[in-house]
Amino acid sequence: MSYPAVSFDQRMSTVEFRVGERAHITVDSDVCRSCTTKDCVHACPAALFVPTTDGGILFNYEQCFECGTCYQVCNREGAITWAYPDGGDGVVLRRG
Amino acid sequence: MTVDAVVVGAGPAGSAAALELARAGLDVVLVERGVFPGAKNVYGGVVYGRILDEVLPQWWTEVPVQRWVTRRATMLMTPTQALTVDYRSDAWDRPPYNGMTTYRGDFDSWLAGKAVAAGAKLVTSTVVTGLLRDPAGRIAGVRTDRPGGDIHARIVIACDGVNSFLAKEAGLLPRTDSAHTTLGVKETLALPREVIEERFGLVGDQGLDIEMVGCTSGIPGGGFLYTCLDTVSVGVVVGLDGLAASKTRPEELIGTLKAHPAIAPYLRGAELKEYSAHLIPEGGYRAMPRLATDGMLVAGDAAFMCLAAGLWLEGVNFAIGAGLAAGQTAAEAIAAGDTSAAGLAGYRRRLKASFVLADHKRLRNAADIVLADRMQQEYPGLACDFVEQIFTVTNPKPKLGMAREFFRAVRLNKVRLRDLARDGWQAMRAFR
Repeated sequence: MSYPAVSFDQRMSTVEFRVGERAHITVDSDVCRSCTTKDCVHACPAALFVPTTDGGILFNYEQCFECGTCYQVCNREGAITWAYPDGGDGVVLRRG
Repeated sequence: MTVDAVVVGAGPAGSAAALELARAGLDVVLVERGVFPGAKNVYGGVVYGRILDEVLPQWWTEVPVQRWVTRRATMLMTPTQALTVDYRSDAWDRPPYNGMTTYRGDFDSWLAGKAVAAGAKLVTSTVVTGLLRDPAGRIAGVRTDRPGGDIHARIVIACDGVNSFLAKEAGLLPRTDSAHTTLGVKETLALPREVIEERFGLVGDQGLDIEMVGCTSGIPGGGFLYTCLDTVSVGVVVGLDGLAASKTRPEELIGTLKAHPAIAPYLRGAELKEYSAHLIPEGGYRAMPRLATDGMLVAGDAAFMCLAAGLWLEGVNFAIGAGLAAGQTAAEAIAAGDTSAAGLAGYRRRLKASFVLADHKRLRNAADIVLADRMQQEYPGLACDFVEQIFTVTNPKPKLGMAREFFRAVRLNKVRLRDLARDGWQAMRAFR
């Protein structure tokens, strides 16, 4: 038995995000260029990290679950800096 | 602002700690970064309520329950097979109950409300950004992201979750610990209440929880499915190191699980209501940080207190138990005028005398066994093939007999008997 797959955008559209003005994630792309695995790209459940053609990482912070997977799997010290969004900003889970 | 105690995080640990401090008549502030308690929180199946007896008599008459878990199943899976141990009991369907499903926004807000009713001051939408220290370097409160938002306190209780920046700032936790941390991703899907009851064999507010092994494409971890009143939640939990090495996306693992022939019929026609993700501290006893330092206690996920021991997957109850102990210890230390690490030593003593550290210590090797490669990749197939062979009637050929069928399944799954014997022995020791 199979179902029409839920697209990634559909999946993310079910989640409420109160997007703050301040980016709570920063990425040092200079560090990323020397990274061969770029595990953040596929491990982030919100797919916020995108590799660029010059070997760096482009990132979004707006639809972040604030889980912490990105900096935990990052194998380069300090490439991904992460703190919580400002109070009241960020993900609001209703059925967590 | 100056108070007796500041509790960071209004999850189950924080609200329990704030409740005890308020009950002791102390001035306590409970700081929560979400717009309401639980807004940032995710769980994976069941809240076990026995510890709530210490919070409120007959809590079940008012807790925001979705369903009382009366069916608890463990499923071993391969891509095409499933072997389920499915237990149901009437005893779990009446007070004092065993476990419940809930939404964390509802449950955490309810528990925080108990702390507020006892006199704690809840401040939401506020991030604690760091620790304050006195001239001697002792922790003396927290900074927040509110203007003029420093909170001076005689004690800080860090219940700030799996990423606990406070425990890290205090030097109690390493910056990262991917070997002992898993990622849980979950879909909550809507189905009409009657459909859930028919599909899962439930009546009224009875609920089902299934925990699964062998459904994560070889990545160490597991899966779960549980029922709420008019939703079904399904998800996977995978180790971060395994996820990183797999080059697989987390939602693909949920997609694979939902398409499994044993799961797909349960979810037919269900509509996705919410997708969520959260880290889980699964290292257990051996990954726990020091729990007290001068001026600060750590409780809940921040102290790696989730119990991930295969048969038992618990966390909210451990957080509540630890939070109550932290609040009681802090109240005593404040009364005694000594909130140094020595003055807070009663916290660990309390936890050792309760299930929180007793269970963790007893089951300290269980997570390694459950997440080991053979348990994940070989043994579910071995078990499924063995049962399939037993129940496949081979007439006119006579039955082989249990022993020969077992060794056939062992060979089929390329399991080495020496490994099986050793793993079995270690599992018996770990779960004794």
